[in-house]
Amino acid sequence: MLNYALLLHAAPYSHQAALSALRFADTVVANGHRMKTIFFYHDGVHNASALMAPPQDEVHLADGWKRLHQEHGTELLVCVAAGLRRGLLDVSEASRHGVMSHSLEAPFELTGVGQLVDAMLTSDRMITFAP
Amino acid sequence: MIDVSDSRPVPQDLLVVLRHPPHGTHWLREGLDVALVAAAFGQRVGLLFQGDGIYALLKGQQAGPLGQKGTHPQLAMLEMYDIDTLWVSARGLNERGLSADDLMLPVVPLEASAMVELLQRHPHTLIF
Repeated sequence: MLNYALLLHAAPYSHQAALSALRFADTVVANGHRMKTIFFYHDGVHNASALMAPPQDEVHLADGWKRLHQEHGTELLVCVAAGLRRGLLDVSEASRHGVMSHSLEAPFELTGVGQLVDAMLTSDRMITFAP
Repeated sequence: MIDVSDSRPVPQDLLVVLRHPPHGTHWLREGLDVALVAAAFGQRVGLLFQGDGIYALLKGQQAGPLGQKGTHPQLAMLEMYDIDTLWVSARGLNERGLSADDLMLPVVPLEASAMVELLQRHPHTLIF
């Protein structure tokens, strides 16, 4: 069994990379490996939006990531610097910055890039999905 | 002609490959952020500038009127974070009519075969 970490740079519904990353993650667990961490960086932070509402006949990416967390304990880490400047804020960040609403909820977590380095060092494989 | 290093490059803990110029996208900025944070976490970090990523090193940059902060302040911080292993594609330099003298930091130009070896020998590689 290998520990996998994914680094996702692609925005949802703009590029195939986000969907490919989710399919890869599902395949990792289907093959008996551990899908340990998904780190959302660059435009990939939009995958964590609690406000996305895709048509019902399309894959709901945010729900897909949440399902991985619920069923397999996958950490869903969102870069705080990349997220804040793109409008991905949890309740406490929204309050701290005085903005009207929040757009990110558990099980997604805002973290620093240090967590990406940590995920890289503590996983057997780190795979990047980029547009 | 560009003086290409003939000694084998020494792999670091992490190789960050930078392929985008300073302005126009956020790739370079967020790639450099990862390099700086990894170095702050005690990792030995090497940078490889490829393609238009070479423009990141061009002397005389300013933030300019584009509304972006620019990345030259991050490059100025590399030394403070002990990131002094900077590789650059020799072909990429040639194609852009640049030489090492046009760049703001000392670099080691590499031929294509040496870049392949570099990627193979690093335990971790992140591409931006």
